[in-house]
Amino acid sequence: MPHRAGPVVRPYAVVRGRTRPTGEVLDVIAMVQAVPGAVADPADTEPEHLAVLRRCARPACVADLASGLGLPLGVVRILLADLRDRGLISVGQPRQDRLASIRLLREVSDGLRRL
Amino acid sequence: MACDGSDVPDPAGSAPVAVKILIAGGFGAGKTTLVGALTEIRPLRTEEDLSAPGAFVDLLAGVEGKRTTTVAMDFGRIAIHAGLVVYLFGMPGQQRFWFMWDDLSYGALGAVVLADTRRLSDCFPSIDYFERRDTPFIIALNCFDGARSYAVDEVRRALDIAAHVPIVRCDARERASCRDTLVTLVNHAIAALG
Repeated sequence: MPHRAGPVVRPYAVVRGRTRPTGEVLDVIAMVQAVPGAVADPADTEPEHLAVLRRCARPACVADLASGLGLPLGVVRILLADLRDRGLISVGQPRQDRLASIRLLREVSDGLRRL
Repeated sequence: MACDGSDVPDPAGSAPVAVKILIAGGFGAGKTTLVGALTEIRPLRTEEDLSAPGAFVDLLAGVEGKRTTTVAMDFGRIAIHAGLVVYLFGMPGQQRFWFMWDDLSYGALGAVVLADTRRLSDCFPSIDYFERRDTPFIIALNCFDGARSYAVDEVRRALDIAAHVPIVRCDARERASCRDTLVTLVNHAIAALG
């Protein structure tokens, strides 16, 4: 799907007109990964679901997936929610843990300084 | 704040930790330039359902039947190392995109509010927003050619910014300057937690 010329099909056609995902909203930096060995049911799977699954063989971030696939964030979130509901992907949502955060932020600060 | 894929069942393929930094400020304040100075900008768009709660209903006049609007965002990725990635999100500054801010800012490490001293009031909404949400933020005065150089104290008074919030000068075209700006933000976020 081209980035600049606009989508060939209306993006929401691939999710059958739905504009909201099921369940908990996935954060833009949530990490998702295909569940090893899980098999998609072809009768219930759009090509876009498979494209997302292929990119989730290794852990991938929601925003990276949307950017890489050239699909709007909203559409990718719906596709991911479908895959989650079918047990095909696992999701790591951002967590809020203060002490871990301080250690992590120091690592980020040191890392950025080295850029 | 961070995402470590903690319920991912395969520890061998462990997910990198992702952190999110927001780049805010008015239209034309230099957000795209700053993200581009630090990393390759990648296309990321979102289509928002204008009939959702929080949408600006008055904007729909004349576009009856149009239920979504497309927004292109500045999006960048800095890999600190294989296990730690910083994501930069430019928050679209125009009022019609404010409905996206909650979505983008959830769990963010903090925000850089880019300010153009020729149009300081453009960044008021961003400042109000992060103050209300207790999101750590700093002000970065983008040094535009031809703009009068204001003293930081003058800007602090004009923006009514608390003394503990850093105000730095930044040249959004310069990688080192942008890097230092992010480091200042992260250190400010650490101070806010500690």
